[in-house]
Amino acid sequence: MSRMQTGQKVTFRILRGEGDSLKEVDYHVEAETGWVVLDAVLNIQATQAPDLSVRWNCKAAKCGSCSAEVNGKPRLMCKTRLDDIDTSQPVVVHPIKSFPHVKDLVADVKWNYEVNKRITPFTPAKDADFTYYQEDVDRVQEFRKCIECFLCQNVCHILRNHEAHSRFAGPRFFVRVAGLEMHPMDTADRTQFLDQEAGVFLCNITKCCTHVCPEDIHITDNAIIPLKERVIDRKYDPLQWLVRKVTGKK
Amino acid sequence: MAEYQTHEYDVIVIGAGGAGLRAAIESSAMGAKTALVCKSLLGKAHTVMAEGGMAAALANVDKADNWQTHFRDTVLGGKYMGNWRMQQLHAQESPERALELERWGAVFDRTPEGKINQRAFGGHTWKRLAHVGDRTGLEMIRTLQDKGVHQGIDVFMECTIVELLKDSGRVVGAFGYWRETGKFVVFKAKAVVMATGGIGKMFRVTSNSWEYTADGHALALRAGAELIDMEFVQFHPTGMVWPPGVKGILVTEAVRGEGGLLKNSQGERFMERYDPKRMELSTRDQVAKAIYTEVKEGRGTPHGGVWLDISHKDAEYIKKKLPSMYHQFKDLADVDITTSPMEIGPTMHYIMGGIRVVPESGAATVPGLFACGECSGGMHGGNRLGGNSLSDLLVFGKRAGEGAALFARDNGAHVGFDDAQIKRTEQDVLRPFESRASHTPYDLHFELQDLMQDNVGIMRTGDDLKTAIAVFPAFNEKLRGARVEGSRMFNPGWHLAWDMVNMLLIAEVVARAALQREESRGAHTRLDFPKTDSGGYWETVNSCATYEDGRVGMGLIPKPVMPAELKALVDATA
Repeated sequence: MSRMQTGQKVTFRILRGEGDSLKEVDYHVEAETGWVVLDAVLNIQATQAPDLSVRWNCKAAKCGSCSAEVNGKPRLMCKTRLDDIDTSQPVVVHPIKSFPHVKDLVADVKWNYEVNKRITPFTPAKDADFTYYQEDVDRVQEFRKCIECFLCQNVCHILRNHEAHSRFAGPRFFVRVAGLEMHPMDTADRTQFLDQEAGVFLCNITKCCTHVCPEDIHITDNAIIPLKERVIDRKYDPLQWLVRKVTGKK
Repeated sequence: MAEYQTHEYDVIVIGAGGAGLRAAIESSAMGAKTALVCKSLLGKAHTVMAEGGMAAALANVDKADNWQTHFRDTVLGGKYMGNWRMQQLHAQESPERALELERWGAVFDRTPEGKINQRAFGGHTWKRLAHVGDRTGLEMIRTLQDKGVHQGIDVFMECTIVELLKDSGRVVGAFGYWRETGKFVVFKAKAVVMATGGIGKMFRVTSNSWEYTADGHALALRAGAELIDMEFVQFHPTGMVWPPGVKGILVTEAVRGEGGLLKNSQGERFMERYDPKRMELSTRDQVAKAIYTEVKEGRGTPHGGVWLDISHKDAEYIKKKLPSMYHQFKDLADVDITTSPMEIGPTMHYIMGGIRVVPESGAATVPGLFACGECSGGMHGGNRLGGNSLSDLLVFGKRAGEGAALFARDNGAHVGFDDAQIKRTEQDVLRPFESRASHTPYDLHFELQDLMQDNVGIMRTGDDLKTAIAVFPAFNEKLRGARVEGSRMFNPGWHLAWDMVNMLLIAEVVARAALQREESRGAHTRLDFPKTDSGGYWETVNSCATYEDGRVGMGLIPKPVMPAELKALVDATA
C-alpha cells in the first residue's frame, strides 16, 4: 500500500444541508500523511465550512460516533484511511441512512435509544455469588465490544429499505440481547420480546451487518442465529418446557 | 421565562460519563427526580476511551492487597498533594463499587478461580486493576447506561449547558441550548451535579475528545465555586506520535502493565536512569518527564518519540489482552505490535485539579452545586495513578449523587430565577452571529492550543507562564469578536465559540496556578524551580482559584492535615 504524502490534494464531496435542500459540495484539501477521512472533514470544518455538522468523539474507533457512508460504504470515518481509498476521484461522504436526516453528516439516531429501553435489563438471581469463568463469558464479551456506531442498523435492509422500525429491533439490539441472554448470571427470559416485539425472524441472514461491524462481532452467526434457536426451543419444544417448569432453570 | 422550554427536576446532572451516570443512578435511587444532560449521545462520553482498568483493592490476584496499601500508593503517587479524606474513601470504597458494577452486568476478565482478574499498573504496589482487555471504560459506561435508563432517569442528549443559574447565592438550575436546533432550554433544579470531565482540548497534543473544553470548571468558577490544584496537568507518557493525523491518541498503560518495555533510539531501557526500582511501571509524571528528556537530549525516534515494545510477548496473548491497541496500530499506523515496537510520546491526558468539594458529599463551596469525576479536585493531588480515575468516578459519583439528592430533599421548594442573568447569557452566546470579523473560533482554538502547549506544557518556566498570562486579555477581546457562519442548527463553529469562552478562562487559571507554585512536584515541573520542596512549605498548601468581578483570583489554602494513624500508614514504607 502506498502512503499518501503530505500536501497531496484531495477532493471531498460532502452532502450538505437539511430537509429538502440537500446538495453535494466539493471541498479541496491538502492531506497529511496518515490522515483518515475524519481528519479531512474536521480540516474542512476548521478552514472552509465552520458550520459543517458532524458527530465525532474519540477519533480512535472506541466511541462509534463518526459513522458515515464513504464512497457508498458504511464506515467509521476515524478508521478510514485515505491510503485505503481511491483519492484520484472525489471522496464522497454521506450521513448514515435508516434514520431521519438532521443536517449535513448528522442523522437522528434517537430511535435506537428507545429500543434499548424496551429490553429487559440484566437480572441476576438475588443470591448469585458471581463466580464464573473466562470460558463462560468469552462469547458475551464479544457482544459487549459493541461501540453502538449503528452501522449494522444502517446497512440492515429490514430497517433501511423496509423501514420496519416499529416491529424490528435491528442487529445492534440482537447483539445486546445476546449479551444478556448468554450472561451466566442472568435469569430473565427475553424470548417473547425477541419474537413478538424485536422481530428476530424478520432477519433473513444476509450477514450485511456482520460485514460492516468495525468491532468484528459475528453478529449473525454468534448472536442472531442462536437467539432464533432459543426462541424456537422455547416456543415449540414441549419437552424442554416441561424440564424448565420442573427445574426452574432457564 | 415563557420564551424558553423549561424542565423542572430535583437534581440535574451535567455530563454523562462514568461519574455523571453513577451520580444520576444514586440520586434517582434515593427518590429524587433526576435528569442527566450531556453534550454528545449517551454512551459516547470520554469514559468510553478509558482502557487499562479500574483500581480496586479486591485482592483477587495479589492476596496481600488491602485498602491501606491502595491509600498509601495514591498518597505517594499524588506527591502528598491530595486530599487525604478523599483518598481514604476512594481506597476503602472502590472494591464495593467494582463488585456493584459486576452485579449490574459488567463482565470483567476472570481469574482462574472465577473472580474478577486484576493487572499491574504504574505506581500500584499490587496487581489491582479490574479490567476488560483494554476496553474497560466501554464496559463501565455501557453497564451504567443500561442501569440508568431502566431506573427512570430522564436523559437529555446533545444539549450544551452554557451557564449555571443562581438565585440568592444558591445554584438553582442551568441554562443551555439543544445542539440540533440551537434553541435555548432552562433546567430548574434544587441541586446540580457537575460531572463534565476535563480540559484537554486547550492543548495541541491531547488524548481528549472535542467535549473536553473545561465546561464544568468554568461554569462552576463563574458561579462562585473554587478550583484547587489547577497547576497539576497530567501528560500521559504514551500517546501515538505518528502518523500526524493520530498524534496524541492514547496508548494504554496496560501495554506496560502487561510487560511492555520503553527504549530510546539506542535501544537502551532508559527508565533505569530515572526510576531503576519501578522502571516502566513508575508513575506517569516520572515516565513522561523521562521520555521528554530522552527526546530533548537527542535519543528519540525519527518522529520525536521513544519506542514502546511488547513484541517479546506471545502474539496471541497480546491480541487477547490488548486487542484495541493491536487494531489501533495496525489500522492507523501500519504497525503490527506483535512484531514491531510502537513509537510513542507524552500526550495531555487529565487534569488533577478541579472544583473544590466536601469529600463525603461532593458539595462545592456554593450551595446547591455538587461535583464529581475529573472536573472535581483533591482526589489525585499532584499526579493521578492509572486506574484511579475509573474508581474515582464510581466512588465519588455515588457520593455526589447522594449528596445532591439529600440537599434537594432538605431544600425543598424551587426558588426563583434571575431573568436578567438568562437574558445576558443568551446575548453573549448569540453574539458571534453578528460579527463580521475575519477570524473564526477555530482559528483562535488553534492559537490557544499552541499557546498552552508551548508555554504551559510539560516543562514550565516563570517567563513562559508570564508570556501566556499576558496574552489572555487580548485573546478574550479577540474571541468576543470571532465570527460564525450559518444558522443555529447543529453548528459546530458556533458551539466552539462558547466552548472557547470556557477554555480561555480555565487556561488562565492553569497558567496562574502554575506560576504561583515555585517548585516542581508531580505533574508540575518548573525548570526555574527544579526541586521538590519535600516536607516544606509547598507541601502544606493547595492552590485555590476564585472568580470575582470578571477576574481570576489566585491564592493558596492550607492542605487538610492527615490524621496520625493514616500518616503512619504512609510513612511506614515510604
